Amino acid sequence: MKKEDSNTNSLDQLNQIRDMMEQSSKFISLSGLSGVMAGLTALAGAFYGHFLIRSQQESLHDGLQLNYDGVRETILTKLFIAAALTLIIAIGFGAFFTIRKAKAKGQALFGSTSKRLAINMLIPLISGGVFCLVLIYHGLIGLVAPATLIFYGLALVNASKYTLNDIRNLGILEIMLGLIASLYIGYGTLFWAIGFGMLHIVYGIVMYFKYDKA
Amino acid sequence: MIEKLQKIFESRVRLGIMSMLMVNDSMDFNSLKENLKVTDGNLASHLLALEKKEMILVQKEFVARKPKTSYSSTPIGRKLFKDHLNALEKLISNNN
Repeated sequence: MKKEDSNTNSLDQLNQIRDMMEQSSKFISLSGLSGVMAGLTALAGAFYGHFLIRSQQESLHDGLQLNYDGVRETILTKLFIAAALTLIIAIGFGAFFTIRKAKAKGQALFGSTSKRLAINMLIPLISGGVFCLVLIYHGLIGLVAPATLIFYGLALVNASKYTLNDIRNLGILEIMLGLIASLYIGYGTLFWAIGFGMLHIVYGIVMYFKYDKA
Repeated sequence: MIEKLQKIFESRVRLGIMSMLMVNDSMDFNSLKENLKVTDGNLASHLLALEKKEMILVQKEFVARKPKTSYSSTPIGRKLFKDHLNALEKLISNNN
């Protein structure tokens, strides 16, 4: 009897140590639901983008539009606005579910862990954003979608040390997808739909059942 | 094997403090308190005990004119804590 007591006691201690190490060094309040919602938003954005580009190609094909550069400009502006809106809505959903989970878990939303997570994620993300603007500046539009996927993947891999480990694998998948996308220029919206849409939904569901439900 | 279990770590709060200082370079008083969910006085007394045994290092500085106390683990503290962990693990695997 005494042997069993000391056994559970040691196990309790080890469990507590692991929890404390994790809670103090990692932001573990990421919600799987935010991944699912971000994915759905991205899918909607990608479909809209695809539809926009299609309509441009059709109108050019029909010879209805003589002002090629003008059409290109308006489409680019529309695409840019759509992308920005998608990003804002996705981040909004992410923030909502994360705040809810952090409250439930009693983890500080703006503690040192979330700060570290944000900084380490933003370094590759901002570099990628600026790089994409440079690509657009040089007219290399076809490389924008692959570049966003690659840099987003790098951001996730970098940030994964400060949050749930699953994020690392998601990041590696995004990088691989981005590299493949760079070989197939012209399918940007399709790869976006897969990378930001489907992968987020799949990972969100997996993480929801792994952490949120438990 | 049993003697490797360190008496100094035999408390939920001290175990928690050491765990956090093993994976973070340094942590301030309030972060420790938030994670452990204990009162100021309770935490302070455990920190003092660990400091006296040289398990942790205390650093006081002023940030924006407010005093800020941060804590980090000492090399000897890290070693003894690892020993303590190994002892706990052995205890479990031997009993099973």
